[in-house]
Amino acid sequence: MIWTPVLLTLKLAAVSTAVLLVLGTPLAWWLARSRVWWKEAVAALVALPLVLPPTVLGFYLLIALGPNGPGGVLAAAWGARSLAFTFAGLVIGSVVFSLPFVVQPIRNAFEAIGDRPLDVAATLGASPLDRFLTVAIPLARPGLLTAAVLGFAHTVGEFGVVLMIGGNIPGKTQVLSIAVLEMVETLQWRQAHLLAGGMVVFAFAVILAVSLIERRSREQRP
Amino acid sequence: MTPENGISARFAGPVGDFRLDVVFSAPAIGVTALFGPSGCGKTTVLRCIAGLHRIRDGHLAFAGETWQDAAHFRPAHTRPIGYVFQEASLFAHLTVRGNLDYGRTRALASGREEKLQFDEVAGLLGLDRLLDRTPANLSGGERQRVAIGRALLAQPRLLLMDEPLSALDRASRDEILPYLERLRDQLAIPVVYVSHDLAEVERLADHLVLMRAGRVDAAGPLDALQSDPALPIARLPEAGVTLRAAVAGHDEAYGLTVLRLNGADLMVPGRFGEIGTPLRIRVTASDVSLARQPTAETTILNVLSARIVGFAAQDPYQVMAVVALGENGRGARLLVRVTRRSWETLGLSTGQTVFAQIKGVAVVTGAGSG
Repeated sequence: MIWTPVLLTLKLAAVSTAVLLVLGTPLAWWLARSRVWWKEAVAALVALPLVLPPTVLGFYLLIALGPNGPGGVLAAAWGARSLAFTFAGLVIGSVVFSLPFVVQPIRNAFEAIGDRPLDVAATLGASPLDRFLTVAIPLARPGLLTAAVLGFAHTVGEFGVVLMIGGNIPGKTQVLSIAVLEMVETLQWRQAHLLAGGMVVFAFAVILAVSLIERRSREQRP
Repeated sequence: MTPENGISARFAGPVGDFRLDVVFSAPAIGVTALFGPSGCGKTTVLRCIAGLHRIRDGHLAFAGETWQDAAHFRPAHTRPIGYVFQEASLFAHLTVRGNLDYGRTRALASGREEKLQFDEVAGLLGLDRLLDRTPANLSGGERQRVAIGRALLAQPRLLLMDEPLSALDRASRDEILPYLERLRDQLAIPVVYVSHDLAEVERLADHLVLMRAGRVDAAGPLDALQSDPALPIARLPEAGVTLRAAVAGHDEAYGLTVLRLNGADLMVPGRFGEIGTPLRIRVTASDVSLARQPTAETTILNVLSARIVGFAAQDPYQVMAVVALGENGRGARLLVRVTRRSWETLGLSTGQTVFAQIKGVAVVTGAGSG
């Protein structure tokens, strides 16, 4: 069934994007505002997936998620043996893999706000958390939107990491990119065309959306 | 004037590449101006008062409450202040109404009394028609008015203003100054006003803290500091004094207004309000000359008897004299710029009775509090 990998991919991308925003936003805030010298080391760590081959990343993730890694310990908590080759494992892998695509635009947006609006909010009686929620987040909205679109799209497009830690289990870990590979290998050209063509259209729409968001936010800046 | 009711501040420590070392107090009423050249640390002092900047060695008390000492530091958001920045810095994601409400809702939620109503402030600053606009659709002057309104609606007990006019063009500046004067005259909130513009300070301030290179040169009532010939402001080309006066009568036939000030009456061309109207006037040091005898035949309207109460040489060729109006020498004080040649030719010195010939008087506007 051609729709099974598509739906699984969308579900994976949606869950990963949600996790990425929840983890990435505070992390980006810290990277943008902190003055400790080692924050750039953390930033470099976050950016590693940009340069590492997906197989290398996938290899370490496989070990981490396996029965003898921290993932296995975590899995044991609810009676599983390992997080490898599961949907939860895929989400963890996707989050690590897409983190730089989410953290970077949010961090840039937070840095562009500068100190002034936050100082103003402080003099108007807003506590640090209040300032973050009512000033920083709304002013960083274009950055958050870009981050969400990029995180979602990058998760949809991943291949190597998923293959390493998820394998190719239809309905469970067989996402779109892997389904295309299998269709080509089993000579199902028509279906491969459908999926591949859909991906091209999707990717085009995403890139267009990001550039439109960025243009709008530039125009709105007073 | 007692520091227990007003501000008592001491900040010492390195800031960037210079050292701040200031001690001053300011009264609980009226406008206190922190005045000095750019880069002398005025803004840093204001940020320290607000709690936006924490200097290691600092002590700050306001109205008997300690906001900072060796052990305590009240964070900015818990201090009952309003802060107007150099640029309006409105929240771009909120409408004018949303900006005005930001501090107001938080102040009321924290139990502060609503002394200033939304409609009152919007009316005072002429914001009624702007409420549903976004900051991007406002002029520079309108933005700064909204910023002032936003600070006022936070129900501050102390208003801090950091050169609120300096980022504006001349037209916007002239638009806002009358609003600031209304604020000073109608609201009983003490203001600390940072500026490097003498004209602005003379128009608005009652009390002055003169700063230079991270230190306080002098502090005191505006007129007392203005008439001290030894202070650096007396060396400015536009040096002069600002005096309080009241309309005492009108000469309709000649189109003159008679102003009464301490020790003398002055005539100024034009009509300035009904009898009793308080005004601020300014007399520039270079617009006054001195004579030992009353000159009957002169076109100068105001020739007043006065007594020299002090002087200081400004450079080898000029003397800045201070005269007190009235024959007893107890009235308002004027600065007079005299060449050393005249000073010596006439044999002038402290204690002498002279006649001050005032060539020009500028009516600045409403008199203000105090």
